[in-house]
Amino acid sequence: MHTTALREKVTEDAADATPVLSLKGISKSFPGVRALNDVALSLYPGYVTALIGENGAGKSTLVKIMTGIYQPDAGEITIGDETVTLPTAHAAFGYGITAIHQETVLFDELGVAENIFLGHAPRDRFGLIDWKAMRANAREVLDTMGAGHIDPDARLRDLGIANKHLVAVARAMSIDARIVIMDEPTASLSAKEIGELFHLIEFLKSEGKAILFISHKFEEIYRIADRYTVFRDGEMVGEGALADTSQSEIVKLMVGRAVDHIFPERTPQIGEPVLKVDGLSHPTEFDSISFELRRGEILGFYGLVGAGRSELMQAIAGLTRTSAGSMSLEDAPLNPKSAADAIASGIVYVPEERGRQGVITGLPIFQNVSLPSLSRTSRSGILRLAEEFALARAYTERLDLRAASLSQDVGTLSGGNQQKVVIAKWLATRPKVIILDEPTKGIDIGSKAAVHGFMAELVAEGLSVIMVSSELPEIIGMSDRIVVMREGRMVEIFDNKNLEPETLVRAAAGIAA
Amino acid sequence: MTATDLATNRHVPDRLDKPLTSALLSWEMLLVLVAVAIFIVNSLASPYFLNAWSLSDLTFNFVEKGLIALAMALLIISGEIDLSVAAIIALASTFMGMALQAGADTPVLVLIGLSVGLACGAFNGFLVTRLGLPSIVVTIGTMSLFRGIAYIILGDKAYRGYPSSFAFFGQGYVGWVISFEIVLFAVMAAVFWLLLHRTSFGRTVFVIGNNPVAAAFSGVRVERVKFILFCLTGLMAGVASILLTSRLGSTRPSIAFGYELEVVTMVVLGGVAILGGSGSIIGVVLAALIMGLVTFGLGLLNVPGIVMSIFTGLLLIIVIALPILWRRFREARSG
Amino acid sequence: MKSLTKYRELWLAAAIALLVIAVATRFPAFATPARLLAVFNDYTILIILALGQMTVILTRSIDLSMASNLAFTGMVIAMTNAAYPAIPVPVLIVLAMVIGSLLGSFNGLLVWKLDIPPIVVTLGTLTVFRGATFVVSGGAWVNADAMSAAFINLQRASFLGLPVLSWFAIAAIAAFYVFLTRTPLGRSIYAAGVNPTASVYAGIDVGRTKFVAFVISGMMSGLCGYLWVSRYVIASTEVANGYELQIVAACVIGGISIAGGIGSVAGAVLGALFLGVIGSALPVINVSPFWQLAISGAAIILAVVLNARGERRQGRIILRQAAAS
Repeated sequence: MHTTALREKVTEDAADATPVLSLKGISKSFPGVRALNDVALSLYPGYVTALIGENGAGKSTLVKIMTGIYQPDAGEITIGDETVTLPTAHAAFGYGITAIHQETVLFDELGVAENIFLGHAPRDRFGLIDWKAMRANAREVLDTMGAGHIDPDARLRDLGIANKHLVAVARAMSIDARIVIMDEPTASLSAKEIGELFHLIEFLKSEGKAILFISHKFEEIYRIADRYTVFRDGEMVGEGALADTSQSEIVKLMVGRAVDHIFPERTPQIGEPVLKVDGLSHPTEFDSISFELRRGEILGFYGLVGAGRSELMQAIAGLTRTSAGSMSLEDAPLNPKSAADAIASGIVYVPEERGRQGVITGLPIFQNVSLPSLSRTSRSGILRLAEEFALARAYTERLDLRAASLSQDVGTLSGGNQQKVVIAKWLATRPKVIILDEPTKGIDIGSKAAVHGFMAELVAEGLSVIMVSSELPEIIGMSDRIVVMREGRMVEIFDNKNLEPETLVRAAAGIAA
Repeated sequence: MTATDLATNRHVPDRLDKPLTSALLSWEMLLVLVAVAIFIVNSLASPYFLNAWSLSDLTFNFVEKGLIALAMALLIISGEIDLSVAAIIALASTFMGMALQAGADTPVLVLIGLSVGLACGAFNGFLVTRLGLPSIVVTIGTMSLFRGIAYIILGDKAYRGYPSSFAFFGQGYVGWVISFEIVLFAVMAAVFWLLLHRTSFGRTVFVIGNNPVAAAFSGVRVERVKFILFCLTGLMAGVASILLTSRLGSTRPSIAFGYELEVVTMVVLGGVAILGGSGSIIGVVLAALIMGLVTFGLGLLNVPGIVMSIFTGLLLIIVIALPILWRRFREARSG
Repeated sequence: MKSLTKYRELWLAAAIALLVIAVATRFPAFATPARLLAVFNDYTILIILALGQMTVILTRSIDLSMASNLAFTGMVIAMTNAAYPAIPVPVLIVLAMVIGSLLGSFNGLLVWKLDIPPIVVTLGTLTVFRGATFVVSGGAWVNADAMSAAFINLQRASFLGLPVLSWFAIAAIAAFYVFLTRTPLGRSIYAAGVNPTASVYAGIDVGRTKFVAFVISGMMSGLCGYLWVSRYVIASTEVANGYELQIVAACVIGGISIAGGIGSVAGAVLGALFLGVIGSALPVINVSPFWQLAISGAAIILAVVLNARGERRQGRIILRQAAAS
């Protein structure tokens, strides 16, 4: 109902522009899943359109259709005034559609110039690649973008992530792309690098490119986008000009109900110090870190991406070595040489990268859960399946896991349910301290609330929690105290009472109050 | 929100009852059918096949390779590979021959065979786990190195004259037509089955093969497990070396040439994913049996060994390709 | 360390030069241009095969069937020559390359269309192709008496002071260099190995690229089938048995990364020559040729250790910026 109302507004902001690309009635199914159902999307030259939706809403499927990787089951793709099909990635490329992905889009071992011109390199009169012209053209494109500091001959892997983005944009420029898709481009960037990326987007806008910007972060969307399209469960539920709507309205569209995410109410029962960290240092990642974690406490760690928080936590959990400093757990010295040591002492680390470091896809849920506790569910090395199932059942049911059975491959679960399995896995070791690194990154709102509620239960039972998070509402909503880190060092420890978000952001960015 | 999602809220069963068809369509079942088919074809094709002594002779065709395949299966499941196993056989055999020349008796020969195998495996394990090198390249290197050392020591000569007590391992019978080799294979198959499918060590092998990083984060000592697997594979190559040397009664540096590829074929045929993460010992044992049946059956028909290799090669490709084609066919029909 | 990876080929060339000099200090005859050219000529076949193998390895695959392909094609060509001596040799060479390509395309199709890991496919075809050699020949040999004079002598003829065999290597080196550095298809072979996902987005069909690489390695195996049987004047089932690993060894020593995407024509050639110089030097310095296998094994391990050192990635360093500020 309000969808139509919103649609009518479209014409106002883009009245003078016709869409360079429009998708109509696009549907796509996979065995057992309807990924997209009759969705529409329009992109206008010189405008940034934000594609918003929860994980699993169908955003990446749509990107894959637009780049020729998937074929839609139904629907129409119009570029300019021509109805087209995009049977291959090459065809999409030919129509000037280019995608800039997180880190997957470029070729580390190849040179900058080749990264820009791969697939459309200048040829000499024998039809061979003209390297000299390619370098010169690369130089020219980079200069136009104000990226003259990048050497066209450099190998890409020698560049930082921000410069790699510049190269990716240069590639889009060089194919004279009309449509640039940016799929979570800021995911691994620092604040400074994000600023540089936004400059580039402004540049692309000024060049008349139509940009599709996919991000989870509202702050970024409001900063850079002009228009929005919201997907929910594979359907398009709203679109329009950002200026005409509010953040809460968009959230409402995303989740299909008004959600003011409420963090669990709790009365902290803080006890004596459990974990003491004193002057912990690493040769390159962090320096002189000291803090105490008390029983029943949630200690938040806030900072920009790349502040050294994950590296610090991995050192505490025995995954990396330190160069100086000491730790103690319940007054006993703690010096874990491996994750196995840390787990045995009662410290567990739930990693940030769920897919790479957390779940073991290909194995069933119960085997994932029992893995670090195998010594308890086996007798002299012989497995006892009944005990494994009992352990897995106990912890997954507490986390409200939704699965067909405990023997189901964990890879077939949704992101939120995978995260529950991962948390269950480490909780099953009965730790004294649990370190959660970005525990709700990339999971749906329902699972998010489940994880937060569970954290509150844990500390009420006397467990101590360290939570690394880059999400301000989460860190303020959940923590008792907050440690802010910047460039590998501690800035300050805040008591979380009437704390203004701005205070944290300033501390993390190193801006004087 | 699918129906199962709602239905299973709060209570998740341990496992779902699988339809009978899925058990019947398992890889192991397929291998059993292939084995039975080859058995029937063999007995129809040759009147000499269905005979206790023939069947006993058959086992000599696969036991040595099969023993290595048991350990290799674990190694491949963990995501590594060892192409140097045949060269380890040659080196262990050469060292046993040297000890023989120096007057060593059977127990010492056995000890040397096992130690050389273990040492070679440990060397591979060291290069892969300590120096972080890709095992396929490392073991192509050590494959040349180990066999090369055998060549340096032996050149074009051979060691002969192994004591009769040593001959028992490769030629002896425990009773009637039951050879020592087949008994050892049966015992080792049971041991490896237990190790892979019933112990926490075996579980970590699967875990590492599926996701080594998450394994390390979960407290699995990944490098140590892999090192042990390389040692085990080397040790089994040492055992195979004792059996083969005993059976042939001589050592040449070219002994067991090309075995590594047959062992890998056996493992893959047995349903172990070449990229790691899944597989079963029962499958590997069945695959060893199938390869023995094919080789022996064709031998009875006087088909030369080299032609038999066409069958093993094709078998390898077909058994991998068929399920893929079958899945494609079903997807095409349903989708 | 970075310089080591950048100039890997130079280091290998220096190692080869040192090896030659070391041998020459005691046996000066070894370092004469004529002798060195003879080494090059002797190892032409390995060079060409290594170039083919490199193309496959660049796409994150491996072709273990090359030596068997060589044996099969060599046998078919030798038998054709024996049966129809009137067929001109250049036609036979083209035929060899066609047969080799067909066998290679069989590997390539299985990898491309069925997504079977290359190591499994070529492990299978390794035995199939060699078995097929036995079947077509019935286990018989084709020797000098059966081959035509032109068949045997073509590669021995001298052209501009070099044997024609050497010219085959030079032509192959030039062709591979142009193909891999100057053609879009050649570059897509690198791209597919460096980052298959990104390649798809750049419009490269990764599977098809692998197929092409297998056809190329097959074609080179076929060509070498002719070169081998005419050089050693014998075609039998046993030809080049086990040689597939020598080919991989040459590539590994030449710095071609088994993980794909890294490697150069110069590396493959130098890797083959390194093995060649060792093989040729051993008899000169009076070491039994039985040492060759162990030495090349040690060289592979050393090469992979050195390459791994050079490739080790630097971690992101957070504190460096902090220290500067």
